[in-house]
This record gives sequence, C-alpha cells and structure tokens, in this order.
Amino acid sequence: MPSREIDRIEGTGIPVRGDNIDTDRIIPARFLKAITFDGLGDHLFEDERAATAEHPFSNPAYQGAHVLLVNENFGSGSSREHAPQALKHWGIEACVGESFSEIFSGNSLAIGLACVTVTHAEVDRLMAVVERAPSTRLVLSLRDRTLEAAGRQVPVGIEGSVRDALLTGTWDASGMLLDDFDVVRGVASRIPYIRGF
Amino acid sequence: MGKTLLQKVWDLHTVRRLPTGQTQLFIGLHLIHEVTTPQAFDMLRARGFTVAFPDRTFATTDHIVPTLDQARPFQDPLAEAMLSALERNCAEFGIPLWNLDSDRQGIVHVIGPELGLTQPGMTIACGDSHTSTHGALGAVAIGIGTSQVRDVLASQCLPIDPLKVRRIAVNGALAAGVFAKDVVLEIIHRLGVQGGVGHAYEYGGSAVDRMSIDERLTICNMSIEGGARVGYVNPDQTTFDYLRGRPFAPADDAFDRAVLWWRSIASDGDANYDDVVEFDAAAIEPRVTWGINPGQSVGVSERIPSAGDAGSSSMSTGAVAEALEFMGFTGGAPIKGTKIDVAFVGSCTNSRVSDLREAARIAKGQRVAPHVKALVVPGSQAVRAVAEREGLDQVFRDAGFEWRGAGCSMCLAMNPDRLEGREVCASSSNRNFKGRQGSPTGRTLLMSPAMVAAAAIAGEVIDVREVIATAEAL
Repeated sequence: MPSREIDRIEGTGIPVRGDNIDTDRIIPARFLKAITFDGLGDHLFEDERAATAEHPFSNPAYQGAHVLLVNENFGSGSSREHAPQALKHWGIEACVGESFSEIFSGNSLAIGLACVTVTHAEVDRLMAVVERAPSTRLVLSLRDRTLEAAGRQVPVGIEGSVRDALLTGTWDASGMLLDDFDVVRGVASRIPYIRGF
Repeated sequence: MGKTLLQKVWDLHTVRRLPTGQTQLFIGLHLIHEVTTPQAFDMLRARGFTVAFPDRTFATTDHIVPTLDQARPFQDPLAEAMLSALERNCAEFGIPLWNLDSDRQGIVHVIGPELGLTQPGMTIACGDSHTSTHGALGAVAIGIGTSQVRDVLASQCLPIDPLKVRRIAVNGALAAGVFAKDVVLEIIHRLGVQGGVGHAYEYGGSAVDRMSIDERLTICNMSIEGGARVGYVNPDQTTFDYLRGRPFAPADDAFDRAVLWWRSIASDGDANYDDVVEFDAAAIEPRVTWGINPGQSVGVSERIPSAGDAGSSSMSTGAVAEALEFMGFTGGAPIKGTKIDVAFVGSCTNSRVSDLREAARIAKGQRVAPHVKALVVPGSQAVRAVAEREGLDQVFRDAGFEWRGAGCSMCLAMNPDRLEGREVCASSSNRNFKGRQGSPTGRTLLMSPAMVAAAAIAGEVIDVREVIATAEAL
C-alpha cells in the first residue's frame, strides 16, 4: 500500500520562536486521553496560547499556513505522535528548523510530515520575513533540497533515507515491512532469545 | 577492531536494508500500554493486518491509572475509554494484558525488568520515550510513536537509521547522598538536552560498574532527556544476578547458556566509539533543576544561573530568561531554600524499591512540613508489595506521606494526581517541562527520591547530605 509521494510543499509560514519546545507544550498530556487523533489540531499549543495573547497559533495572520518555522531541538520530550498529528491536523505540511528531536522527526515521517533543517541565521531570516509579511509564500522542494521565500533560495538539510521515503511515497512503512515476511521469520528464528537458549 | 553492543545487537536484528536506506530492524520485545496504542490498533484493523508476533507483545496499564480509587468504570470517562480499548484490543489479538487486578501491573518500564522480560541483547520497542530505561540490562530499547506501534504490531519490525555510539564513562565513587539521578542530571546538564541526538549512550566506568540494576535503570531512563533515544549499560554479573529467577528469564541450564550469550554481546574491549566523554563521580553533588528542561539543573549548593551566563542551548540567554520568568525565580539566588508545595516520589525514573528505601530512610521518624502535600507512588504492584512487606508504607504514612497505587501518576498527570495553579513540586520524575505535572503554570524541580523526601520534610529544597550527616551524628 504505497503512501502519497511528497516533493513540493508550498504555502505561507508560521514562526514559533524558541529552542527546546517540547511535545508537552505542543500538545499537553491531557489531550492524549482520547482513542482517536481527531480534533487534536484545536488544542495545538493550548496552554502556551492561553499564557500569551501573541502566540503565533492565535494570530489570524498565520491561519492556513503550511510551513512551520522553528529553532533548535523542536519536539523534544515525549514520544507522543499526537504532537506531529496535531500539527498536521491544523494544516502544517512541513517543519523547517535548526534541529529536531529524533523521536519527533521519526513520528513526523511516519505520517508524511516533512522536517528539514536550515541554519540559525536562515531560520531567523525566514521568521523575520514571515513576521513582516505573513502572506509570503514559501516553496520547499525535497527533490532539490531547497526552500525558496521572498526571492531567495536556501539549501535545506534532510536525511537521505527520509527524503527518499517522502519522495517515493514509502513513508508509511507498514506495507514495505511486510514484504517478504519469510525473511523476517528467518531472522527471528536465528535470534538466541527467540529460538530459546 | 571490536564492536559495541549496539553494533552487535543491530547486526543480529537486521532484516534487510530498505530501499530508502533505512534498516528494517526486528524487534524482539514489544511493550504496549493504553495511551499510545488505541489508534495503532484501529489502523491495523482498517488495513486488514493482524499482530505478527502476539507472543512477543505484552501489555499493561500505567499512564491513566488512578492511584486512589481504581473502581471501574473510572470516574474519568476518557480514562475508562482508553483502558477499555486496550482490553478489547488485547483480547482480540491474543496479547497478554496485566491489568489492575494483576499483581504484575505497573509502569511499563518498571515491570519489564522486574518480570525478566527485559534481557541483554534484545531489541525492545514501546510507545513511550522512556523506553530507553530497558537499556540498563544491555538491551537496545527504542521509544516510538503510534504509527510505529502499528508497524511493530503488524510486522515486529521498525524502519530506522543507524545510531552512533557515545561512551559515557563515570569513574570514581559517589559521595553519600549522591545518587544515580544526580549522575544523569549532571550528564544532561553538561552534554545538553539535544547532545545525544543521533546517538546511543553507552554508560560505563567504575561508578556505573558498581551500580545496581535499579540505579542503571534510572540513568538509562533519562537518556532521552539528553536527546539520546537509546541508552544502555553492558551486561555484567550484576545483570545476570538480577535476572536469575525472574518469571520470564531463562531457567536452569538455559540460564547458564543465556549468560554465555549475554556476555558475548557486551561491547568488546577494543570497540570503536564515535565519541567518549568522562565524568568524575566524586565531583557530582545532589542536583536540582531550576528551569523548564532537564538540562537546566544546578548542584544543590549552587546558585540559579542568571540570563547571560554562558552555556549550551538550554543555557542560552533567551532560554535562561524564559525559564526564570516561568519559574518565578531570580537569577543568582541559591536553589537551596526554594519553598515547595508538593513532593512526589514516583515515575519510571525513580519508583523502584531501592528508591523508596532511600526516601523512607530520610522520612523515618520525621514529619512532612504542614504546607506540603506529599505522595509516594510505587512503580508497580510488585514494588508496592515488597515495600509493604518491609514496612516502608508505614514509615511514609507515619511521616505524613500518602501511599498510593502503582502507576505513572504525577509524572505527567494523566490521572487525577496533578499540580494546581503555580504550585512548586519537588519530584523524582524525569521532566520539568512547562505544564508537565498537570497545571499549565505548575513548576517542577527534579531531584533524587532522597532529596524529594528531605524537601517534603523541610518544606523547601535542602541538601540531603546534611540530613544524612545529622542523622549519623546522633
């Protein structure tokens, strides 16, 4: 079952400044008490938004954005897929930042949400551009590994395997992992603790 | 050139290289709980898949468990819906579930080692970031999200990129009153909250070699707080002695054969590491977090940093200013003397019998300060039973602590245990993120269980070494 091929992501941006924005801030634990991911987008950054009137996700100018701009170590903390799910349900299709926590980027890939890296200076510039002119269109090309905004093209970083999974529509790995399942059984049968000591 | 444990375990479990370049890694043990699985099972059904290895999959309930009134249905209908979903899913797919009525129920990262499910050389996955805990027994244990839970259910495999290995050698002896928790807080403070991204942390050195499995579990547990998805300690005699006789450990002759293999998968003496970092155990003092991520800690004798004090990203001017503002603390003030409102001993980091013993040693014959609400939440029903046999529950109750049922409780407050308003909590858990303990404005100070008990009694942060010294002088 191939998933959707993802190459170009185009749209306006939304900047969320700050390093180490953890998944508890992205989606507080109380919203994990649900047996579906439906409606999570409504609770994105809920406590942060309540604490500050100027939170970007409360700002009408950024509604409809597809590209999230962040700083260092975004999505640290809990393994809750609810964090990228909430972003995706809200409408985010790509995260552009200085760096991401490993579990967050893995969870994002598993749901077809692209996470790419740019330098501190570039993300700072992009944030400033978007803050000044929220209607600025950003164009991310995974094939070319570039992000274009306001007439300037910058290179983006992305793990080769992640880029490949998005471009070829194999980011939803279920089907691929089940291909040739006899090989899986074969590997299992050679592992001492499965085979029995 | 020799190999690390990570490389050996990785090679053994590699199914194939995927077209994307990632490794398809076989997962030897899949642990599941009620919070990150309902959607995974729904996706599984929607695609017509089944559970590939139900005999390698085990379930318990921990995150939403009320620690006072556990009567069903739960008072919280959302919590009830989550546990009911887990019960239905486990029944449908033939997965063993240790539910509230089982003496094996508890925090998933406490019961895995306790039951002997967690063993050296295994690959382990669980929909929880603190899965790194299981590395204390020499396993490669990986925290995953819900779609990956679906994939492991369906195929018992994960697509994953290889990890580098950083060896963290902690040499020398810890002073009295300094614990594994302080060691890991020091490591995260020095290497940063994202220092471990892309790495597995291999913990060793004479201090770690001398540690019990419980202490190693505490250290591996917080690997993820340092950005490392995987943390492990090479299996040794301490590991084997711990596992012998546990319900899921090999028995009799098979145990001896297992030990031979377990020894062989430890890192070779001439293994090649991507990086080596050393720590001096004797220089570590009890640590307390003052900020909003686990890298923001100081020694208990130190002062809270000021914005502008140089450091890593968790210590950048902006990060320090943001943390001080949220915490309502003043840069340059001593951390000692910080008033607390709540004391919490529990969580997958520090809720094992040895943790409760250390806390009880401090609490014995004392009284919790009148303004402090203090609770002790054992990590599992088995921990609770042993603690009660030893009379620890009575020590805590006599001192004014509440003695609760087993679960994650106030570590992440998905059950009724939570902070209110701006309360400050001395906590033996693992995360001091904004809002982590259930109140969006609540404040968390991470520390060892002994430090939590000492703070509960004093009503403020104090140095547990002074409490111990006073007790010994009497």
